[in-house]
Amino acid sequence: MHRSGPGALFGPRGWGAVIAALILICAVAPLLNLVVPKGSLFHLSDFSVSLIGKIMCYAIVALAMDLIWGYTGILSLGHGLFFALGGYAFGMYLMRSIGLDGVYKSPLPDFMVFLDWKAYPWYWSFTEHFLYACLLVVLVPGVLAFVFGYFAFRSRIKGVYFSIITQAMTFAFMLLFFRNDTGFGGNNGFTDFKRILDYPIFTPQMRMVLFVLSGLALVGTLLLARWIVSSKLGRVLTAIRDAESRVMFSGYDPLWYKLFIWTLSAVLCGIAGALYVPQVGIINPGEMSPANSIEIAIWVAVGGRGTLIGPIVGAFLVNGARSWFTVAFPEYWLFFLGAIFIAVTLFLPNGVVGLVAQLRAKRREKKLSAKPA
Amino acid sequence: MTTVVEDENQGTSGPAAIGGGRVIEHDVLDVTHGPILYLDDITVSFDGFKALNNLTLTVEAGELRCIIGPNGAGKTTMMDVITGKTRPDSGTAFFGQTIDLLRMTEPQIAHAGIGRKFQKPTVFEQHTVFENLELAMKTDKRVRRSLFAKLDSAHGDLIAATLEQIKLAQAPDRPAGLLSHGQKQWLEIGMLLMQEPRLLLLDEPVAGMTDAETERTAELFNSLAGKHTLVVVEHDMDFVGAIARTVTVLHEGSVLAEGAMDVVQNDERVIEVYLGR
Repeated sequence: MHRSGPGALFGPRGWGAVIAALILICAVAPLLNLVVPKGSLFHLSDFSVSLIGKIMCYAIVALAMDLIWGYTGILSLGHGLFFALGGYAFGMYLMRSIGLDGVYKSPLPDFMVFLDWKAYPWYWSFTEHFLYACLLVVLVPGVLAFVFGYFAFRSRIKGVYFSIITQAMTFAFMLLFFRNDTGFGGNNGFTDFKRILDYPIFTPQMRMVLFVLSGLALVGTLLLARWIVSSKLGRVLTAIRDAESRVMFSGYDPLWYKLFIWTLSAVLCGIAGALYVPQVGIINPGEMSPANSIEIAIWVAVGGRGTLIGPIVGAFLVNGARSWFTVAFPEYWLFFLGAIFIAVTLFLPNGVVGLVAQLRAKRREKKLSAKPA
Repeated sequence: MTTVVEDENQGTSGPAAIGGGRVIEHDVLDVTHGPILYLDDITVSFDGFKALNNLTLTVEAGELRCIIGPNGAGKTTMMDVITGKTRPDSGTAFFGQTIDLLRMTEPQIAHAGIGRKFQKPTVFEQHTVFENLELAMKTDKRVRRSLFAKLDSAHGDLIAATLEQIKLAQAPDRPAGLLSHGQKQWLEIGMLLMQEPRLLLLDEPVAGMTDAETERTAELFNSLAGKHTLVVVEHDMDFVGAIARTVTVLHEGSVLAEGAMDVVQNDERVIEVYLGR
């Protein structure tokens, strides 16, 4: 509890799991997908690669949500916005790199030709540069979150009021992005990407590169989050969640603590969005819909708040179930999602991870009572 | 970080020595004239109800002051004003000669050296006793410092000493939420001590304590007076009798009487409104 240094982040088993995850992501998955021939029992299908790649991006968002909701007690219902903004920022680069290969053979994206625009609007400047686009991926969600958070936290907006405002924010941005005049493709958004850094985008190799990058980003986010929550700063965040007035009267200004974790959380979502968009090949304002943001909270609740590993589990469980359900019973998916949420709220207040911990504790108790002391 | 000007003649360097006068330093607690807390003509009203009504109160440095008064007399509101939680409609509040409390936020006031214990014990229930004290400890409390903070052995010793003082040395790793009510009260007092405040405001510190715990708390407070200044709001008259040097009686938002315990106890007006005949 009072250890320090990098070794203290996890126990030996935890580090073993991290290393195993890295080997799976960087070596086993590429091998099974690219080297093992199709039809073999061990072949990892392209479908699975892109599904898992996608879910790993969601898991980053769930982790970001856990930092702000699970550890700091601030429920954001607008995290889908930061995810989408990261996606749009990188999408601008992807659109520029289509070059003259669009339907209209114009240097402008098809939707701009369609609107009869003659040049890129000013905010598209420099987006043809890969590194600048990467910078935007971090800056756009980060700056928006910082400014929004500064005013919200300074006014001491808390609890359900904060949740509602974040929900309204993502809704407002969705309406803004639906407009063609906004210059981001209206309701169609960005699609038809061709290449990244001159490499074609829809090849098995590129798919695998994006998969590995998403996996590394997920592991990196987990390590970063773990480091933060086990630092003194992490303990202050939990203290803010449990007794904010005591934190203030102990001499901490909660504003800057909340702002730090809120902005970091938004930036992580932006990075996840930027990794997500080239994998699915499209970004549109639907990603900003309020329902998407609410779903992020469901992943975290299902997996277990304030555990870091729980939100990752939750993201995989819910999205795995979705991918199966939407094929098997497409009409019933939303009912099922709602049922999961109700069941978790009623029976698993600490999520799946909490249930596992509970079962383990019970088994240990049994062992102890079986062995008379 | 706040330092304290105890004696103006000690520092001979700087412009103070040249001019002969005393330079007012920003954020430095100055108690050279004696009082550590001045409240002057403070009025707070909530929807027309005057919780504090031209309250004027002075507390000397090192004093152990008890404040009593019936419910609604404004005791908690007074603490809210001192700690920055409530802004008064009018009046002034100074910490020492120079620090204007009405211009500061709660964390700034805490940093300047005022610690506060709430009526309902407020500790971080999910954290261990040790972590509670660590979080309260006087140190740089900005975000970046907290991210890279490491506990050095001097701080560890300080925490160990405080654990001893609040009789929780046996339970440093117990989650604070599992402590008894009285233990939580003590933990919160311990957290205040970790802040190394000059002025402690204690709102009903012995509520819910057993007689033995109350007695030990009285001992603790008596040992703290002098080094710290304590302002204690309490209903338990035996406890007040055990610690009080000076008692202030609040009634309807202003001071009704002030003086030694026995003087106050025999004051006609006090008997009328509070102690009962």
